[in-house]
Amino acid sequence: MGKSLFDKIWETHIVKNIDGGPAVLYIDKHFIHEVTSPQAFTGLNKRGIKVFRPQQTIATADHNVPTLNQHLPIKEELGRLQVEALIKNCAEHSVELYGLGHPFQGIVHVIGPELGITQPGNTIVCGDSHTSTHGAFGAIAFGIGTSEVEMVLSTQCLMQTKPKLMRINIEGELKNGVVSKDIVLYILSKITASGATGHAVEFAGSAITSLSMEARMTICNMSIEMGARCGMIAPDETTFNYIKGRKFAPAAAEWDKKLAYWKTLFTDADANFDKEITLDAADITPMITYGTNPGMGIGVNENIPTLAEVNENDKSGLEKSLAYMGLQQGLPIKGQKIDYVFIGSCTNSRIEDLRLVANFVQGKKKADNVEVWIVPGSKQVEKQAIEEGIDKIFEAAGFQLRQPGCSACLGMNEDKIPAGKYCISTSNRNFEGRQGAGARTLLASPLSAAAAAVTGFVSDVREMLA
Amino acid sequence: MKEGFKNITSTFVPLKNENVDTDQIIPARFLKATTKDGFGKNLFRDWRYENDNEATPKAAFVLNQPQYKGDILVAGKNFGCGSSREHAAWSIVDYGFKVVISSFFADIFKNNALNNGLLPITVSEDFVQKIFAQENDATLSVDLEAQTITIDATGEKESFEINSYKKTCMINGYDDIDYLLNSITEIENFEKQSL
Ligand code: SF4
Repeated sequence: MGKSLFDKIWETHIVKNIDGGPAVLYIDKHFIHEVTSPQAFTGLNKRGIKVFRPQQTIATADHNVPTLNQHLPIKEELGRLQVEALIKNCAEHSVELYGLGHPFQGIVHVIGPELGITQPGNTIVCGDSHTSTHGAFGAIAFGIGTSEVEMVLSTQCLMQTKPKLMRINIEGELKNGVVSKDIVLYILSKITASGATGHAVEFAGSAITSLSMEARMTICNMSIEMGARCGMIAPDETTFNYIKGRKFAPAAAEWDKKLAYWKTLFTDADANFDKEITLDAADITPMITYGTNPGMGIGVNENIPTLAEVNENDKSGLEKSLAYMGLQQGLPIKGQKIDYVFIGSCTNSRIEDLRLVANFVQGKKKADNVEVWIVPGSKQVEKQAIEEGIDKIFEAAGFQLRQPGCSACLGMNEDKIPAGKYCISTSNRNFEGRQGAGARTLLASPLSAAAAAVTGFVSDVREMLA
Repeated sequence: MKEGFKNITSTFVPLKNENVDTDQIIPARFLKATTKDGFGKNLFRDWRYENDNEATPKAAFVLNQPQYKGDILVAGKNFGCGSSREHAAWSIVDYGFKVVISSFFADIFKNNALNNGLLPITVSEDFVQKIFAQENDATLSVDLEAQTITIDATGEKESFEINSYKKTCMINGYDDIDYLLNSITEIENFEKQSL
């Protein structure tokens, strides 16, 4: 029987299998940030040990950092303490830190790929669930808890049970105005927020292979929203071209050697999956969520489901979500007034996302009733946006281009959406209170978010495209 | 080394919500600590208090109802979904729970729980509903050695899965880090051969 992409990588990273238990899995690359690492370093210090392989860990400050005036000391005390702890821990343990002010600083899942650290065939972990993003390069990449961060820091290994395998095929061509975020929100609306629990998901099919690396990352990023352990896409020419020449990409003879290996990383034709689904790209329209989990999404022209339409088990959840969101069952979502627009997060804050938005808003202005925050994923994205003059387009449209960080994706810093306000957001989670206590989040693509920024309400971007 | 897990018989707290995500268990604004202690007071913060104020508890929320208490939290399906923050497990442990029961757990949460001596028990949806149907003072008995959970009043019993490695760890109070640190030579050999 043939092997899947997942199996090929998994098998070469097993240090040993424990009888009746998990496997000891070797980790190639480990990303850390200020929020989920302090307690892990405390654990190491308590045991009196140093980081085992400091060169395989890369640190940045992103979750908690301000997105305005990053050159000034962080005002909020607890957040500042975490950033200071990270600086101290990295120095003591010889871990490379791309902290505030560093030209490589940014959201962990944006900087890993853009620096060429993320490579096919790697095992990659980080104390953040959206580590699945890196799977877009044909890597096994997943989020871990702080105890596991401590394990990787101290031994470069983790205890893992092998997940089941699932393949999601998207075949055909996307319609105009439909982008990769819509694909993933569409999958979520079909399989629900627990549809892939316990599985490693491989995304395949012609609609996936025709996507850019940025777009692939958006899809793998949200595999965790399906409950998946990780998401991945087989590497191909698009992947190799993206990596080539980046800061930490292999070069010269090392490149040829790596490339030859990378080309073996695909699922064999006769490999088996525990679950497999195929969806048609042509059925996908611009998507938007109306509820409080990412599986509660609909096409922008559809109506919010009614209690009568959903399963008995989902009724109370739907009722509770709609009450929180202040939305009515059975009514259209299109036309819903918006107060904030957030374009950012590790899902959609790469240069391609910013270009897409800039292209759309050029010559347009934001509606008076909305505030628009654009938060680039990294210093490098910010720099490039400025070089390309994208900042000017945003300024003319009344959009605020802020400094890199997680920002309103999780509302740990000051970038919070006030209670009761509606925010159309390109991030990945619409949980109650995610963007601030009482905040109401509608997840959508950067294009749909830009459309709402211009009209002030949920709009079908296709009607606004030339 | 943590304390080993002892079998328990206790009343329980029924949290009937499904898809309880980690942002509800512990909202992100409480993640700014650099230690693992003290998270219990912010467990389910926004469901527990009006306007984030401890002086105004929400009476309808189960943790604010004195008739519900005990070492066991029983929740609707897909408990612990969302972020990988281990703070969710810390806050449940710090609040005083030793066991969480649901018909479905998110993967990362389950791992995080086990790494902190909190036993996640997956039972059938039917069994969860049976537990929810019990009186407030009903007790449940958890036997980790036998891998069973019993509703004491009716004697109804279900067995649960846990891999033998994790079970030994839980019973003895040692964790994965202890195990890995003892395997360091094998890890170094692996590096020599594979990298
Ligand atoms: S942007 Fe949001 S999802 Fe991504 S790493 Fe930051 S907090 Fe996590």
